[in-house]
Amino acid sequence: MDKLTYAEASRQAIAEEMRRDATVWAVGEDLGRGGVFGQYKGLVEEFGPERIADAPISEACIMGAAVGAAMMGTRPIVELRFSDFALCAIDELVNQAAKARYMFGGQGRVPLVVREPIGMWRSSAAQHSQSLEGWYTHIPGLVVLAPATPADNKGLLKAAIRCDDPVVYLEHKHLWPLEGDVPDGDHLVEIGKARVVRAGQDITIVSWSAAVHTCLAAAETLAKERIDAEVIDLRSLWPWDKMTVLESVAKTGRLLVVHEAVQVGGFGAEIAATVAERAHFALKAPVKRLGAPRAPISYAPNLEDQVRVTAEQTAATTRKMVGA
Amino acid sequence: MKPPRPALTGRGPTSIIVANTYGEDDTLAAKDARPPSRNLDAARLLGHYRTMLRIRAFEEAALEGLEDKLVLGAIHPSIGQEAVAVGVCANLARSDILLSTHRGHGHTIAKGADTLAMMRELFGREGGTCHGKGGSMHIADFKVGMLGANGVVGANILIAVGAAHAVRLRKGKEVVACIFGDGAINRGPFLEGLNWAGVWKLPILFVCEDNGFAATTRTHAMTAGEGPAARAESLGIASSAVDGNDLVAVDETARRLVAEIRGGGGPRFLLCKTYRLTGHTGADPAPYRTKDEVAAAWKGDPIARLRDLLATAGVAPGDLAAAESAARAEIDAAYAEAKVSPFPPLERAFADVQDVGDPRREAF
Repeated sequence: MDKLTYAEASRQAIAEEMRRDATVWAVGEDLGRGGVFGQYKGLVEEFGPERIADAPISEACIMGAAVGAAMMGTRPIVELRFSDFALCAIDELVNQAAKARYMFGGQGRVPLVVREPIGMWRSSAAQHSQSLEGWYTHIPGLVVLAPATPADNKGLLKAAIRCDDPVVYLEHKHLWPLEGDVPDGDHLVEIGKARVVRAGQDITIVSWSAAVHTCLAAAETLAKERIDAEVIDLRSLWPWDKMTVLESVAKTGRLLVVHEAVQVGGFGAEIAATVAERAHFALKAPVKRLGAPRAPISYAPNLEDQVRVTAEQTAATTRKMVGA
Repeated sequence: MKPPRPALTGRGPTSIIVANTYGEDDTLAAKDARPPSRNLDAARLLGHYRTMLRIRAFEEAALEGLEDKLVLGAIHPSIGQEAVAVGVCANLARSDILLSTHRGHGHTIAKGADTLAMMRELFGREGGTCHGKGGSMHIADFKVGMLGANGVVGANILIAVGAAHAVRLRKGKEVVACIFGDGAINRGPFLEGLNWAGVWKLPILFVCEDNGFAATTRTHAMTAGEGPAARAESLGIASSAVDGNDLVAVDETARRLVAEIRGGGGPRFLLCKTYRLTGHTGADPAPYRTKDEVAAAWKGDPIARLRDLLATAGVAPGDLAAAESAARAEIDAAYAEAKVSPFPPLERAFADVQDVGDPRREAF
């Protein structure tokens, strides 16, 4: 067991997979200098500039070229720097990568991983802070992953690189320095399996990415008030682990979904709707969502905080739901 | 019983060449009849002639299929542009890669795809190149190196660049050809993809099939500057411009460029000036141009021009006629067979979506 940061864990995942499989390579802006967050540090020294490839500021071409290279049998890791910039490459991801296998009748696959750093991070404002995972879950053909811990950032990234589907891999910028235990050896996390972070009896709180830590903080506060929350880190949004969520709700009778993304049309709605459809009679209280207001993210910290989902809000919502 | 189709090359005399300059003056003025004294490889050209006839027959049959409601979605015929498809693809090996456009039937046939599988694809039938899941705009045949037509203008440029990048990574010898229309040069992928190919010196031949129209708008009216080749040159990519209705010119130039690319010379750009003899789609009567313009353009029909050249070079009239009847027979048979082919089994609807996750509603 190693103590690694979230960023180091991802770097280790890439290095291990590139050693294991000569067809794996990475491409994106500034990778030769270690990437904008240092998440590729040292890799060009080991693997050279052909496999850790610098790219021009051409997001559409980075993504589109990865599609062509993947169809030719290589396994590109696409770095898009900020998830906000990935919007410059949406045709290449949604119309090309996600559909090529299907519309060509299964003649080829597009095994690539698109790394998109997401989320609010120190006054980064409206074009460097978004969490758009809900969009991607809507697109047939894509796998959508959002790890919350160093261990998962290693195990899920390795699994994503080995996956033959195009994977949208969302890493939270706020988590880069987070330290945690990472299992030794060939640590793989199965895509589509949620993680029960904290077992509890009174309410099921489902979350992913950085918001998992918000929910855990809320659960610790609530525990002192004898409210026992079960916290589930979904970590894989498509496919998502319905059984773990439904089994938990069958036990607790309550569901709260918490995410950093805008609440309206967010992926929380999918979970809430599924539980309402499949577990209605197990519910002791209406399902509830807690996401961001439908406003862009501000630069000024006090305004930024207006759209932030906090542990206090999570705890307060939970108290209401359990009737405390 | 339908009346028999007109002869594939029977639309009038030939002698016309289009100008290579870019802009409003691209009239179909006669400039250059290729001198028959040239040392032509008649056997090679007869093979090209056969392929062009097969493409023409396929597309005329596809238009008939549209009328017969066998072709269900939009098709974008390339009638009049066959010399580009054949002249370029004749210089590619089977292992070389091709990326095409929504107007890609000709490219696909020229790269070696089976016309029956293609016709089934247009009819949405099992046994189509994509099991009927793609249709005309998403025709692909990976086994002959044809990695797909594309419904999005210019999107194929980036995929082609990536395919060439993979060849470089694998230290392969393949050449990637990417054919796109003049409309694509005003999209961002044109700049991003050509720049990328130049930076990495990728083994790719960019072919701009300039038919004068971006959908139903004249491209020159919407294009600043000197046009496709000048833009490529500005990125340091050596460019050649040819009369795209002159099969010999396309063939010879593509052969030289492919050899340069295969020799490690990096990307090359080929501008082929041609003319789209049909509307944008099979259902477009093209009211935005005059009958006279189209009639004049038919005089530059690349198939008729090649036929005349072959006749001058001494190919027997019987051989030319046999090529035409063979093409017609092949496509008629494909049409008849495709028509009685079954639609795909329903399980195909949810096959090849992705490995991970169940797409079916009942799985939610």
